Amino acid sequence: MPEAATRFEVRAVSDGVSVIDIEGDITAQSEEVLMDAYGRASGEGVTAIVLNFTALEYMNSGGIGLLVTLLVRAQRQHQRMLAYGLSDHYRQIFELTRLDEAVGIHGSEAEALAADGGA
Amino acid sequence: MSDEQVTARDAASWAKSVSQLKVSEVPEGALNLNVEGRRLASPIQGFGKMWQKTYQVRMPAERVSAAEVIATWKQRFPDFWPEGNRFYGPLTGIEPGDVALLNMTMPGRMKLSTGVMVLYADEESFTLMTPEGHMFAGWITFSATEIGGETAAQAQVLMRASDPIFELGLTMGGHKQEDRFWQHTLTALAAHFDHEAEVDTLVVCVDKRRQWSRWRNVRQSSAIRSTLYMMGAPGRALKRVFKRDRTVA
Repeated sequence: MPEAATRFEVRAVSDGVSVIDIEGDITAQSEEVLMDAYGRASGEGVTAIVLNFTALEYMNSGGIGLLVTLLVRAQRQHQRMLAYGLSDHYRQIFELTRLDEAVGIHGSEAEALAADGGA
Repeated sequence: MSDEQVTARDAASWAKSVSQLKVSEVPEGALNLNVEGRRLASPIQGFGKMWQKTYQVRMPAERVSAAEVIATWKQRFPDFWPEGNRFYGPLTGIEPGDVALLNMTMPGRMKLSTGVMVLYADEESFTLMTPEGHMFAGWITFSATEIGGETAAQAQVLMRASDPIFELGLTMGGHKQEDRFWQHTLTALAAHFDHEAEVDTLVVCVDKRRQWSRWRNVRQSSAIRSTLYMMGAPGRALKRVFKRDRTVA
Protein backbone atom coordinates (compact mmCIF):
# COMPACT_ATOMS: atom_id res chain seq x y z
CA MET A 1 0.00 0.00 0.00
CA PRO A 2 1.52 3.40 -0.90
CA GLU A 3 2.19 5.78 1.97
CA ALA A 4 -0.35 8.55 2.32
CA ALA A 5 1.12 11.99 1.52
CA THR A 6 -0.90 13.55 4.29
CA ARG A 7 -0.44 15.09 7.70
CA PHE A 8 -3.19 15.56 10.22
CA GLU A 9 -2.39 17.76 13.21
CA VAL A 10 -4.83 17.97 16.09
CA ARG A 11 -5.44 21.08 18.20
CA ALA A 12 -7.82 21.47 21.13
CA VAL A 13 -9.20 24.99 20.82
CA SER A 14 -11.57 24.75 23.76
CA ASP A 15 -12.94 22.14 26.14
CA GLY A 16 -15.50 20.91 23.66
CA VAL A 17 -13.92 21.65 20.28
CA SER A 18 -10.95 20.08 18.47
CA VAL A 19 -9.51 21.17 15.13
CA ILE A 20 -7.88 18.73 12.70
CA ASP A 21 -5.47 20.55 10.37
CA ILE A 22 -5.27 18.62 7.10
CA GLU A 23 -2.15 18.99 4.99
CA GLY A 24 -1.55 17.21 1.68
CA ASP A 25 -3.74 14.56 0.09
CA ILE A 26 -6.85 12.72 1.18
CA THR A 27 -7.28 9.37 -0.54
CA ALA A 28 -8.37 5.91 0.57
CA GLN A 29 -4.77 5.40 1.75
CA SER A 30 -5.25 8.16 4.33
CA GLU A 31 -7.68 6.07 6.37
CA GLU A 32 -5.32 5.01 9.13
CA VAL A 33 -3.85 8.48 9.74
CA LEU A 34 -7.21 10.24 9.52
CA MET A 35 -8.91 7.86 11.93
CA ASP A 36 -5.90 8.13 14.25
CA ALA A 37 -6.22 11.94 14.15
CA TYR A 38 -9.94 11.65 14.86
CA GLY A 39 -9.18 9.39 17.83
CA ARG A 40 -6.80 12.04 19.24
CA ALA A 41 -9.27 14.85 18.53
CA SER A 42 -12.23 13.06 20.01
CA GLY A 43 -11.46 13.20 23.71
CA GLU A 44 -13.98 13.16 26.52
CA GLY A 45 -16.41 16.07 26.37
CA VAL A 46 -15.63 16.95 22.75
CA THR A 47 -18.86 17.96 21.05
CA ALA A 48 -17.50 19.39 17.79
CA ILE A 49 -14.76 18.44 15.37
CA VAL A 50 -13.57 21.17 13.01
CA LEU A 51 -11.72 20.12 9.85
CA ASN A 52 -9.27 22.68 8.49
CA PHE A 53 -8.89 22.15 4.73
CA THR A 54 -6.73 25.22 4.06
CA ALA A 55 -3.69 23.10 3.12
CA LEU A 56 -5.58 20.34 1.28
CA GLU A 57 -3.77 19.68 -2.00
CA TYR A 58 -5.58 16.70 -3.50
CA MET A 59 -8.65 14.58 -2.84
CA ASN A 60 -10.11 11.74 -4.87
CA SER A 61 -13.39 9.87 -4.45
CA GLY A 62 -11.76 7.52 -1.94
CA GLY A 63 -11.04 10.59 0.17
CA ILE A 64 -14.67 11.73 0.09
CA GLY A 65 -15.69 8.21 1.15
CA LEU A 66 -13.35 8.52 4.12
CA LEU A 67 -14.93 11.82 5.15
CA VAL A 68 -18.39 10.20 5.05
CA THR A 69 -17.12 7.39 7.29
CA LEU A 70 -15.56 9.96 9.62
CA LEU A 71 -18.85 11.86 9.76
CA VAL A 72 -20.71 8.68 10.75
CA ARG A 73 -18.20 8.05 13.55
CA ALA A 74 -18.62 11.62 14.80
CA GLN A 75 -22.42 11.37 14.68
CA ARG A 76 -22.25 8.16 16.73
CA GLN A 77 -20.40 10.16 19.38
CA HIS A 78 -23.03 12.94 19.14
CA GLN A 79 -20.42 15.33 17.80
CA ARG A 80 -21.01 18.02 15.18
CA MET A 81 -18.65 18.22 12.26
CA LEU A 82 -17.65 21.56 10.78
CA ALA A 83 -15.20 22.56 8.07
CA TYR A 84 -13.38 25.64 6.87
CA GLY A 85 -10.68 26.58 4.40
CA LEU A 86 -12.24 24.74 1.46
CA SER A 87 -11.30 26.17 -1.94
CA ASP A 88 -14.12 26.78 -4.41
CA HIS A 89 -13.22 23.50 -6.11
CA TYR A 90 -13.54 21.41 -2.94
CA ARG A 91 -16.60 23.34 -1.83
CA GLN A 92 -18.24 22.29 -5.11
CA ILE A 93 -17.29 18.68 -4.43
CA PHE A 94 -18.94 18.89 -1.01
CA GLU A 95 -22.07 20.23 -2.74
CA LEU A 96 -21.96 17.62 -5.50
CA THR A 97 -21.69 14.76 -3.02
CA ARG A 98 -24.14 16.51 -0.67
CA LEU A 99 -21.68 16.27 2.19
CA ASP A 100 -22.41 19.95 2.80
CA GLU A 101 -25.85 18.95 4.11
CA ALA A 102 -24.25 17.24 7.11
CA VAL A 103 -21.01 19.19 7.56
CA GLY A 104 -21.24 22.89 8.39
CA ILE A 105 -18.98 24.76 5.97
CA HIS A 106 -17.45 28.07 7.02
CA GLY A 107 -15.00 30.60 5.64
CA SER A 108 -12.60 30.69 8.58
CA GLU A 109 -11.81 29.01 11.86
CA ALA A 110 -13.32 31.92 13.77
CA GLU A 111 -16.59 31.58 11.84
CA ALA A 112 -16.67 27.82 12.42
CA LEU A 113 -16.09 28.26 16.15
CA ALA A 114 -18.69 31.00 16.34
CA ALA A 115 -21.19 28.76 14.53
CA ASP A 116 -20.50 25.95 16.98
CA GLY A 117 -20.87 28.31 19.90
CA GLY A 118 -24.19 29.48 18.53
CA ALA A 119 -25.55 25.96 18.08
CA MET B 1 -2.35 29.93 -2.13
CA SER B 2 -5.82 30.87 -3.32
CA ASP B 3 -8.03 28.97 -5.80
CA GLU B 4 -7.38 31.63 -8.39
CA GLN B 5 -3.63 31.00 -8.25
CA VAL B 6 -3.69 27.21 -8.61
CA THR B 7 -5.88 24.59 -10.14
CA ALA B 8 -6.24 21.54 -7.94
CA ARG B 9 -4.45 18.45 -9.28
CA ASP B 10 -7.72 16.54 -9.17
CA ALA B 11 -9.84 19.24 -10.84
CA ALA B 12 -10.20 17.45 -14.18
CA SER B 13 -11.12 14.17 -12.50
CA TRP B 14 -14.27 15.38 -10.74
CA ALA B 15 -17.68 15.93 -12.31
CA LYS B 16 -18.83 19.51 -12.41
CA SER B 17 -21.39 20.44 -9.78
CA VAL B 18 -24.95 19.70 -10.88
CA SER B 19 -28.19 20.31 -9.05
CA GLN B 20 -30.19 17.84 -11.14
CA LEU B 21 -29.21 15.03 -13.50
CA LYS B 22 -29.76 15.38 -17.20
CA VAL B 23 -29.77 12.47 -19.63
CA SER B 24 -28.28 13.78 -22.85
CA GLU B 25 -29.32 10.86 -25.04
CA VAL B 26 -31.57 7.85 -24.48
CA PRO B 27 -30.16 4.92 -26.46
CA GLU B 28 -32.60 2.69 -28.36
CA GLY B 29 -34.12 0.08 -26.05
CA ALA B 30 -33.22 1.95 -22.87
CA LEU B 31 -35.87 3.01 -20.39
CA ASN B 32 -35.34 6.45 -18.85
CA LEU B 33 -37.70 6.65 -15.88
CA ASN B 34 -35.88 7.60 -12.73
CA VAL B 35 -32.89 9.71 -13.65
CA GLU B 36 -33.87 12.91 -15.45
CA GLY B 37 -34.23 15.78 -13.01
CA ARG B 38 -33.14 13.72 -10.01
CA ARG B 39 -30.51 14.85 -7.51
CA LEU B 40 -27.56 12.68 -6.56
CA ALA B 41 -27.76 10.91 -3.21
CA SER B 42 -24.80 10.12 -0.97
CA PRO B 43 -24.96 7.65 1.95
CA ILE B 44 -25.86 10.66 4.11
CA GLN B 45 -29.22 10.94 2.32
CA GLY B 46 -30.01 7.20 2.47
CA PHE B 47 -32.28 5.31 4.86
CA GLY B 48 -30.81 1.92 5.76
CA LYS B 49 -27.76 0.66 7.58
CA MET B 50 -24.52 1.91 6.07
CA TRP B 51 -22.30 -0.69 4.42
CA GLN B 52 -18.88 -0.75 2.87
CA LYS B 53 -18.49 -3.74 0.58
CA THR B 54 -15.18 -4.53 -1.07
CA TYR B 55 -14.76 -7.05 -3.88
CA GLN B 56 -11.24 -7.73 -5.09
CA VAL B 57 -9.59 -9.98 -7.64
CA ARG B 58 -5.83 -10.35 -8.08
CA MET B 59 -4.02 -10.97 -11.35
CA PRO B 60 -0.31 -11.39 -12.14
CA ALA B 61 1.17 -7.92 -12.70
CA GLU B 62 3.29 -9.20 -15.60
CA ARG B 63 0.06 -10.06 -17.41
CA VAL B 64 -1.74 -6.76 -16.82
CA SER B 65 -0.86 -3.44 -15.18
CA ALA B 66 -3.20 -1.40 -12.97
CA ALA B 67 -3.46 1.30 -15.65
CA GLU B 68 -4.44 -1.30 -18.27
CA VAL B 69 -7.12 -2.71 -15.98
CA ILE B 70 -8.71 0.70 -15.43
CA ALA B 71 -8.46 1.72 -19.09
CA THR B 72 -10.15 -1.52 -20.16
CA TRP B 73 -12.75 -1.38 -17.39
CA LYS B 74 -13.72 2.17 -18.36
CA GLN B 75 -13.89 1.33 -22.06
CA ARG B 76 -15.84 -1.93 -21.74
CA PHE B 77 -17.65 -1.41 -18.46
CA PRO B 78 -21.00 -3.03 -19.45
CA ASP B 79 -19.34 -6.08 -21.03
CA PHE B 80 -18.42 -7.54 -17.64
CA TRP B 81 -21.90 -7.30 -16.12
CA PRO B 82 -24.11 -10.36 -15.55
CA GLU B 83 -26.67 -11.13 -18.24
CA GLY B 84 -30.04 -9.37 -17.97
CA ASN B 85 -28.56 -6.08 -16.73
CA ARG B 86 -27.85 -3.23 -19.11
CA PHE B 87 -25.64 -0.17 -18.68
CA TYR B 88 -26.39 2.47 -21.29
CA GLY B 89 -23.41 4.80 -21.08
CA PRO B 90 -21.58 6.89 -23.66
CA LEU B 91 -19.74 4.80 -26.25
CA THR B 92 -16.58 6.76 -25.59
CA GLY B 93 -16.08 5.18 -22.17
CA ILE B 94 -16.40 6.74 -18.75
CA GLU B 95 -15.73 10.43 -18.17
CA PRO B 96 -16.51 12.67 -15.18
CA GLY B 97 -20.07 14.00 -15.38
CA ASP B 98 -21.37 11.31 -17.74
CA VAL B 99 -24.85 10.06 -16.89
CA ALA B 100 -25.69 6.45 -17.73
CA LEU B 101 -29.04 4.67 -17.65
CA LEU B 102 -29.29 1.28 -15.97
CA ASN B 103 -31.97 -1.28 -16.77
CA MET B 104 -31.67 -4.05 -14.20
CA THR B 105 -33.37 -7.40 -13.70
CA MET B 106 -34.50 -7.82 -10.11
CA PRO B 107 -35.76 -10.94 -8.27
CA GLY B 108 -39.10 -12.10 -9.69
CA ARG B 109 -37.91 -10.94 -13.15
CA MET B 110 -38.98 -7.41 -12.26
CA LYS B 111 -37.34 -4.77 -14.44
CA LEU B 112 -35.92 -1.73 -12.75
CA SER B 113 -34.93 1.46 -14.50
CA THR B 114 -32.43 3.73 -12.82
CA GLY B 115 -29.07 5.36 -13.53
CA VAL B 116 -25.73 6.62 -12.25
CA MET B 117 -23.44 9.58 -12.76
CA VAL B 118 -19.66 9.35 -13.12
CA LEU B 119 -18.57 11.31 -10.05
CA TYR B 120 -14.84 10.88 -10.47
CA ALA B 121 -12.49 9.30 -13.01
CA ASP B 122 -8.71 9.21 -13.40
CA GLU B 123 -6.15 6.64 -14.57
CA GLU B 124 -6.26 4.71 -11.30
CA SER B 125 -9.95 4.69 -10.42
CA PHE B 126 -13.45 5.81 -11.28
CA THR B 127 -16.55 6.30 -9.16
CA LEU B 128 -20.24 6.06 -10.01
CA MET B 129 -22.77 7.85 -7.79
CA THR B 130 -26.45 7.05 -7.60
CA PRO B 131 -29.46 9.36 -7.96
CA GLU B 132 -32.37 9.64 -5.54
CA GLY B 133 -34.70 6.66 -5.93
CA HIS B 134 -31.91 4.21 -6.79
CA MET B 135 -31.76 0.95 -4.77
CA PHE B 136 -29.12 2.55 -2.62
CA ALA B 137 -27.77 6.00 -1.88
CA GLY B 138 -24.02 6.10 -2.30
CA TRP B 139 -21.29 5.32 -4.74
CA ILE B 140 -19.12 2.56 -6.14
CA THR B 141 -15.41 3.09 -6.68
CA PHE B 142 -13.57 0.88 -9.15
CA SER B 143 -9.81 0.90 -8.76
CA ALA B 144 -6.66 -1.05 -9.50
CA THR B 145 -3.32 -1.13 -7.69
CA GLU B 146 -0.12 -3.11 -8.08
CA ILE B 147 0.95 -4.87 -4.89
CA GLY B 148 3.85 -7.33 -4.64
CA GLY B 149 3.85 -8.58 -8.22
CA GLU B 150 0.07 -8.67 -8.45
CA THR B 151 -2.50 -6.29 -9.86
CA ALA B 152 -5.54 -6.03 -7.63
CA ALA B 153 -8.76 -4.89 -9.30
CA GLN B 154 -11.37 -3.75 -6.84
CA ALA B 155 -14.97 -2.58 -6.64
CA GLN B 156 -15.91 -0.88 -3.39
CA VAL B 157 -19.49 0.09 -2.57
CA LEU B 158 -20.31 2.68 0.11
CA MET B 159 -24.06 2.68 0.56
CA ARG B 160 -27.28 2.87 2.50
CA ALA B 161 -30.53 1.43 1.12
CA SER B 162 -32.48 4.42 -0.16
CA ASP B 163 -35.77 3.66 1.56
CA PRO B 164 -37.49 1.11 3.83
CA ILE B 165 -38.65 -1.06 0.89
CA PHE B 166 -35.16 -1.37 -0.56
CA GLU B 167 -33.79 -1.97 2.97
CA LEU B 168 -36.20 -4.89 3.34
CA GLY B 169 -35.26 -6.16 -0.10
CA LEU B 170 -31.54 -6.00 0.69
CA THR B 171 -32.09 -7.86 3.96
CA MET B 172 -34.14 -10.55 2.21
CA GLY B 173 -31.56 -11.59 -0.35
CA GLY B 174 -30.66 -8.32 -2.02
CA HIS B 175 -27.25 -8.10 -0.38
CA LYS B 176 -26.39 -11.61 -1.58
CA GLN B 177 -27.59 -10.75 -5.07
CA GLU B 178 -25.42 -7.65 -5.07
CA ASP B 179 -22.44 -9.69 -3.88
CA ARG B 180 -23.00 -12.14 -6.77
CA PHE B 181 -23.30 -9.23 -9.20
CA TRP B 182 -19.91 -7.74 -8.39
CA GLN B 183 -18.24 -11.13 -7.96
CA HIS B 184 -19.43 -12.01 -11.47
CA THR B 185 -18.18 -8.66 -12.79
CA LEU B 186 -14.69 -9.08 -11.32
CA THR B 187 -14.46 -12.70 -12.46
CA ALA B 188 -15.39 -11.58 -15.97
CA LEU B 189 -12.83 -8.76 -15.82
CA ALA B 190 -10.07 -11.20 -14.80
CA ALA B 191 -11.20 -13.63 -17.52
CA HIS B 192 -10.81 -10.84 -20.07
CA PHE B 193 -7.11 -10.84 -19.14
CA ASP B 194 -7.02 -14.67 -19.40
CA HIS B 195 -6.88 -15.14 -15.68
CA GLU B 196 -9.08 -17.29 -13.50
CA ALA B 197 -9.31 -16.20 -9.87
CA GLU B 198 -11.51 -16.18 -6.80
CA VAL B 199 -13.02 -12.86 -5.76
CA ASP B 200 -12.27 -11.81 -2.17
CA THR B 201 -15.28 -10.17 -0.53
CA LEU B 202 -15.18 -8.02 2.59
CA VAL B 203 -18.40 -6.58 4.00
CA VAL B 204 -18.30 -4.05 6.85
CA CYS B 205 -21.35 -2.49 8.50
CA VAL B 206 -20.18 1.11 9.01
CA ASP B 207 -23.34 2.23 10.76
CA LYS B 208 -25.98 -0.11 12.20
CA ARG B 209 -28.49 2.67 12.63
CA ARG B 210 -31.24 3.30 10.14
CA GLN B 211 -32.04 6.94 9.35
CA TRP B 212 -35.78 6.88 9.98
CA SER B 213 -36.07 10.56 9.13
CA ARG B 214 -35.36 9.48 5.52
CA TRP B 215 -38.27 7.04 5.18
CA ARG B 216 -39.99 9.46 2.83
CA ASN B 217 -37.36 8.64 0.19
CA VAL B 218 -39.81 5.88 -0.75
CA ARG B 219 -41.75 8.50 -2.76
CA GLN B 220 -38.96 8.45 -5.34
CA SER B 221 -38.43 4.69 -5.34
CA SER B 222 -37.31 3.47 -8.75
CA ALA B 223 -38.78 0.05 -7.89
CA ILE B 224 -42.28 1.44 -7.37
CA ARG B 225 -42.10 3.72 -10.38
CA SER B 226 -40.67 1.00 -12.63
CA THR B 227 -43.36 -1.47 -11.49
CA LEU B 228 -46.15 1.03 -12.16
CA TYR B 229 -44.65 1.70 -15.58
CA MET B 230 -44.55 -2.04 -16.40
CA MET B 231 -48.16 -2.45 -15.21
CA GLY B 232 -49.19 0.32 -17.55
CA ALA B 233 -47.57 -1.34 -20.58
CA PRO B 234 -50.75 -3.07 -21.92
CA GLY B 235 -52.68 0.21 -21.71
CA ARG B 236 -49.93 2.08 -23.59
CA ALA B 237 -49.88 -0.63 -26.28
CA LEU B 238 -53.66 -0.37 -26.77
CA LYS B 239 -53.42 3.42 -26.95
CA ARG B 240 -50.81 3.14 -29.70
CA VAL B 241 -53.06 0.73 -31.69
CA PHE B 242 -56.07 3.07 -31.49
CA LYS B 243 -53.93 6.06 -32.43
CA ARG B 244 -52.58 4.18 -35.48
CA ASP B 245 -56.10 3.13 -36.55
CA ARG B 246 -57.33 6.71 -36.35
CA THR B 247 -54.40 7.88 -38.47
CA VAL B 248 -55.14 5.20 -41.12
CA ALA B 249 -58.90 6.05 -41.16
